[in-house]
Amino acid sequence: MNIAVCVKQVIDTEAEKRLDPATWRLDRNVTCILNPYDEYAVEEALRIKEAHGGEVTAVCMGPQKAEDAVRKSLAMGVDSAVLVVDEALTGSDVQATAYVLAEALKGIQWDLVIFGVRSTDGETGCVPAAVAERLGVPLLSTLAKVEVQGSSVAVHRETEQGYVSYECPLPAVLSVIKGINEPRYPSMKGIMGAKKKPLDVKDASALGLDTAQVGLSGSKTKVLSARIPEPRKAGVKIEDDGTGAQKIVEFLASQKLV
Amino acid sequence: MAEIMVVAEHREGELREITLQMLHKAAQLSGERGHQTAVVLLGSGLEGLVDQVRDRTDTVVVYDDSRLEHFDPGLHAEILAALIAQRAPLLTLLGHTPWSMDLAPALAVKTGYPLATDCVDILLEGDRAKAVRQIYNGKIFARMAFRDSAGYLATLRAGAFPAAERARSLAEIVRPALPALSLPATREFLGYEETGKGEVDIAQADLLVSVGRGIGEEDNIAPARELAGLLGGTLSCSRPIVDKRWLPKYHQVGTSGKSVRPKVYLALGISGAFQHVAGLNGTGTIIAVNKDKKAPIFRVAQYGAVTDVPALLTALRTEAAKQS
Repeated sequence: MNIAVCVKQVIDTEAEKRLDPATWRLDRNVTCILNPYDEYAVEEALRIKEAHGGEVTAVCMGPQKAEDAVRKSLAMGVDSAVLVVDEALTGSDVQATAYVLAEALKGIQWDLVIFGVRSTDGETGCVPAAVAERLGVPLLSTLAKVEVQGSSVAVHRETEQGYVSYECPLPAVLSVIKGINEPRYPSMKGIMGAKKKPLDVKDASALGLDTAQVGLSGSKTKVLSARIPEPRKAGVKIEDDGTGAQKIVEFLASQKLV
Repeated sequence: MAEIMVVAEHREGELREITLQMLHKAAQLSGERGHQTAVVLLGSGLEGLVDQVRDRTDTVVVYDDSRLEHFDPGLHAEILAALIAQRAPLLTLLGHTPWSMDLAPALAVKTGYPLATDCVDILLEGDRAKAVRQIYNGKIFARMAFRDSAGYLATLRAGAFPAAERARSLAEIVRPALPALSLPATREFLGYEETGKGEVDIAQADLLVSVGRGIGEEDNIAPARELAGLLGGTLSCSRPIVDKRWLPKYHQVGTSGKSVRPKVYLALGISGAFQHVAGLNGTGTIIAVNKDKKAPIFRVAQYGAVTDVPALLTALRTEAAKQS
């Protein structure tokens, strides 16, 4: 059972987000981390490998410094990695990103591709579906449970209204949600070992990419302008001095809300 | 004149509210531009659903086939790609929901049309479309341009628009034959779990008592439910409560749960992450109780109390019992 896990480097959730007003792209010269949702994907891949054997390969597209995020997945236990780095890829939208990842995935062996449900920066959650379409394999997204059974997989898919269970033959593309597992912390041994694990850095030409389909110029959508919304007018805020409950009930009554 | 097409969403025989919200936007855009609207329904046994959309659009396109009983993004994308090739809509709208998020990216690959996701607004300027999205945790509104194309795809955020009025004469109904499907159904549907069918739907409630991480422990769920009962309301929650399995998924408010629009929303120990607040569009009055006075929920609340949540919950129950 070989597994590819797609990971992304994102800006630390705590970091202040600054936009470059010329391109409306995020200034990434701040602390960056492995996309928190991808930790669940890595953990799920490792658990499947531990139960069924095989190799886990991380696949990442990003700037050179995204190597840090990839190394973290290696430190958690991933066996090897492919990092696609090329200035021509900067500004790629969902479709362009999916094209790059699908081409990178075509170069390695896998029965399952696992994604985190979304990135904490772009937040579209749409890359897995576009990659599955390009690879011509079924997609099972927003999964709360994954069980590999021989050459098929049984899953619980989370929807806004409960879960739906499916069974699907492999190969397949999956996306897993937060809470599907408890991602492990990399051990010291894992961190040291990660430095020696194979990491294959590829550029657009090594993957044979059509550069007309990637980057800002190859993307079919682009940001025209961005603005930070006005904060909403805050309402009344009271510090509770023991009468908070009474005041809330009075407020409800005064507004004829109950 | 062009067409704006809406891909309807339904589950277990019920039309999803997002469908009517998309129809509202489609009607608004078509009214401004003199375009036509069409709704596409895919599934099995759809007659009741056809009746629900017939007076809110110009055309209803129906694919009623037992093979479409359970949503399969592969099959749906293939049928929709064929329909788009034939009708050539200028704009195709889908919901930004767990279902359409599987469908829209595949459709974009098949049609080659540009796709903007999770839009809170769409504008048409001549034959060019623009989309408004919220990015970086809702901290920034971005206006997106599409590359010139014969057609555009967009997924709309649930709750971003009101439901379309029943204001039209009856639509024309079209029932095209299914195209030859190259794909077999790839995944086998096994069942629905914890859907909350038969329970009070939080999306329909006028008053919600909603609990978040700040209620502390699972034992505080029961008093919160009791408070909801005393106030004549329904219990709902934020994501962490579902992740802890303290309440089933169908209680969850937010982008990965349900969009609600009660008259009163009493948020107990809910910090107010963007994903949660995005499910509250159209809510009347938000009352927040949180220990952290900097919690973002206070930015959207009309009335807020900074206090320990479990203690206040107990006091609220006593007060509510006095009133009732």
